[in-house]
Amino acid sequence: MIGVRAKSRFPASAYRDAAVAFMQDLARESDTRPELAYWLQPDTPDMPTLWIGEAQLLEFLRWLKHGINRPFAMLYDLSAIDERMRLVRGEREAAQPASDFTVVYHLLSFERDLFIRVKVPLSESDLRLPSITPLWPAANWYEREVWDLFGIDFAGHPHLTRIMMPQTWQGHPLRKDHHARATEVDPFSLSPHKQQVEQEALRFRPEDWGMARASEESEFLFLNLGPNHPSVHGVFRVALQLDGERIVDAVPDIGYHHRGAEKMAERQAWHSYLPYTDRIDYLGGVMNNLPYVLALEQLAGIDVPERAQTVRIMLCEFFRIASHLVFYGTFAQDLGQMSPVFYMFEDREKLFGVIEAITGGRMHPSWFRIGGLAQDLPNGWEQRVRAFIDYLPARLQEYEGMVLRNAIVRKRCRGIGVYDTAAALEWGVTGPGLRATGLAWDLRKRRPYSGYENFEFDIPAFDGGDSYDRCRVRVEEMHQSLRIIRQCLQHMPAGDYKSDHPLTTPPRKARTMEDIETLIQHFLNNSWGPVMPAGECCVPVEATKGLNSYQIISDGNTTAYRNRIRTPSFPHLQMIPQMCRDLSVSDLIAIIASIDFVMADVDR
Amino acid sequence: MNTGHADIAMTLLNIFGVLTTAVLLTALLTWGERRLLGFWQDRPGPNRVGPFGLMQVVADMIKLFFKEDFIPRFADAPVFLLAPTIVMATTLLAFVVVPFSPAVGVIDMHIGLLFFLAMSALAVYSVVLGAYASGNKYALLGGLRAAAQTVSYEVFMGLSLMGVVMLAGSFDLRSIVMAQENGWFLLPQMLGCAIFLVAGIAESHRLPLDLPEAEHELTAGFHTEYSGMKFGLFFVGEYLSILLISALVTTLFLGGWLGPWLPPLVWFALKTFALVCLFILLRAALPRPRYDQLMAFGWKVMLPLALLNLVVTGSVLIWRG
Repeated sequence: MIGVRAKSRFPASAYRDAAVAFMQDLARESDTRPELAYWLQPDTPDMPTLWIGEAQLLEFLRWLKHGINRPFAMLYDLSAIDERMRLVRGEREAAQPASDFTVVYHLLSFERDLFIRVKVPLSESDLRLPSITPLWPAANWYEREVWDLFGIDFAGHPHLTRIMMPQTWQGHPLRKDHHARATEVDPFSLSPHKQQVEQEALRFRPEDWGMARASEESEFLFLNLGPNHPSVHGVFRVALQLDGERIVDAVPDIGYHHRGAEKMAERQAWHSYLPYTDRIDYLGGVMNNLPYVLALEQLAGIDVPERAQTVRIMLCEFFRIASHLVFYGTFAQDLGQMSPVFYMFEDREKLFGVIEAITGGRMHPSWFRIGGLAQDLPNGWEQRVRAFIDYLPARLQEYEGMVLRNAIVRKRCRGIGVYDTAAALEWGVTGPGLRATGLAWDLRKRRPYSGYENFEFDIPAFDGGDSYDRCRVRVEEMHQSLRIIRQCLQHMPAGDYKSDHPLTTPPRKARTMEDIETLIQHFLNNSWGPVMPAGECCVPVEATKGLNSYQIISDGNTTAYRNRIRTPSFPHLQMIPQMCRDLSVSDLIAIIASIDFVMADVDR
Repeated sequence: MNTGHADIAMTLLNIFGVLTTAVLLTALLTWGERRLLGFWQDRPGPNRVGPFGLMQVVADMIKLFFKEDFIPRFADAPVFLLAPTIVMATTLLAFVVVPFSPAVGVIDMHIGLLFFLAMSALAVYSVVLGAYASGNKYALLGGLRAAAQTVSYEVFMGLSLMGVVMLAGSFDLRSIVMAQENGWFLLPQMLGCAIFLVAGIAESHRLPLDLPEAEHELTAGFHTEYSGMKFGLFFVGEYLSILLISALVTTLFLGGWLGPWLPPLVWFALKTFALVCLFILLRAALPRPRYDQLMAFGWKVMLPLALLNLVVTGSVLIWRG
């Protein structure tokens, strides 16, 4: 199968040219090099999807990263699919290679503005792949996650242990034969013995991580920072190897906020899963809905009316400001500055007032719908929005003097936690953390979605790559978001807030009383939920904290067969040891504060 | 005999009056600080219990007194218990040398200033012992920071006051106040005053120099393991030292009780209150420097400045004859 080339239909957009150009480059190279043989999956409209054999994996990825012109510098995502229950995997020339478990690599080229997907089929009897950590250090946690949740082994991985589930867990939760709910197994009980075992499993043993307990001069102190600590923004643990207050090494430990959002997607109807997305990046509100509904709409072929698109952009930018305000306040707070967080939360309250007037919800409105929005904008929304965007700039100006121009803040953050663009790409850093290294790359500009091409805004970038610049980028982004919202306000298109497409959920009710077909459609969509056509789709968006996407695989059912959530915070945390070595505990706090993560976004 | 009795009664009244007032004011200060912070941070602060939320103090005290008297099993119990009392004792003892008005004040020692410095130096044992006895790593780091910070900042705390001593020609605080009848020492000793204030903030572990506690880094630093009334003692100790430092700045640089029209005690209280507000404002406004920056600032900026102040003051005095 691999080696046979198929023609794939890419969507007609500016991005289609990039995909076609890449396929030409690849075809040219693979004609001369048999180890680059591939099969192009024809039914993925979102990005070129290549199937390769496991023996070729390292060579193929190495060529994509180093060999090809305008290379794929970033490992955007790495996950897996349990294919054993799949019903629809293409027919005849579109039939996908036989596979029990498929490992999926998403790569991103910043020069081509192109995402590609590389898939490797595995048979259940030999779940083993070479680790790609020598190629991308960022693969480390991703491969651990795949091992943890699917039980796929990665040969040559430096530390292949569970990352999301407790070390004592039995089984691999994202396999189809693993139970999804607690009611499917015996009731849980925690005996003293079991508690002892669980707690022992949490003990940090430096030897496991190749750490010495002492150097020639001094004995090291191992400090457990978290999972409950005022400055780790949730339940996040870093085990620190300290020499005095100097950090020798650090091991971040995640998984305390793991709720199995991907597993839940496999039993929630397409529509009823929406509120779960709000709670992934819980500061991002409807920003989380966007990649989910965009992917489903592309899968179903729904064209969203312009008004709905513009309202979506407006609300997303509101939530970008809301999230950045929390970041700004807690950033100052973690540096020991007490007051700014109160002022910024007050602004956020005002912002939520606007959100509430429009959506009825505040932090998690779940207001986007497959094919549009839940409702149209309420009467008088313009006044509320205008009042806010007129109010905020003066406040931001004040904060600038309070926080960014404060001499102590500068001293604490300048030159702390520095990485350059190359390191950022290696480690999968996206969003403000990437733009703080000087690379002005923003998905909204480079691959506009939902109508961002109609807006004028700048991409703020600074080239210090330190904690200070990461804060500055976000502050500038708030100004740009205000600019976008003002344009939404001035040019809000008239029209529908929901598409006419039959898969729009909930469907429009207008014609249901007149003919039986639309009545049945309405009834089914409201009771079972919509049946999405089989296929797969993934639409990344520039979320508050970086690139966020939902890779959705539909088997032609009312629920997702697999829903992979790629969140920006996950790779960002992985980089902490690189950023804090040889600095002090106080610097680590300044670094953590500048990353801007929420643990729900990391653990999902 | 009668005069003797009257003297003893007067002295006792003075002692208990001063110490009780200090402790009561401290309790009030915990409420005042929260209200002021609230005012500056656009929020009400504690305003529910009693008039203006004043009874919040009582509520907090009830809570602290009735909490379980908990000692972690990994702690060194005798030292763990002793530590919080030291800070209370030394800070209260330092109050005895402060002349509040011509009539109020516990004792006039001719080495009053040195006594204050000695007491404030002893207070660090409280933090270090508490941190050590807690058997907690955060506490240990906090204790280390406290030891280094206090020792460094004490050096120029003492030096910064020597200018005042030269001008007044005495270590006795009452004489120092009397020496300011023709003008506060704030003017000739502006630098000394600023340095003493910084050192005072560091001594009382207040933001921005609260590194031994540094909530966002060390959870609660040296008192991480403390709860109930033992925590309360640390807490009261911190507020007592705010009062103490403010009272001393008033005495040494702002002319103590001196001032027209109003009674002397009122002048003293007003000046001290203004300084306390300054302490709270600083907490509301400033972020916290890093530990090494704090040490560098102490040794490389404050200490040379304190020495310079000393040399200049001395030279001027000699030149004037």
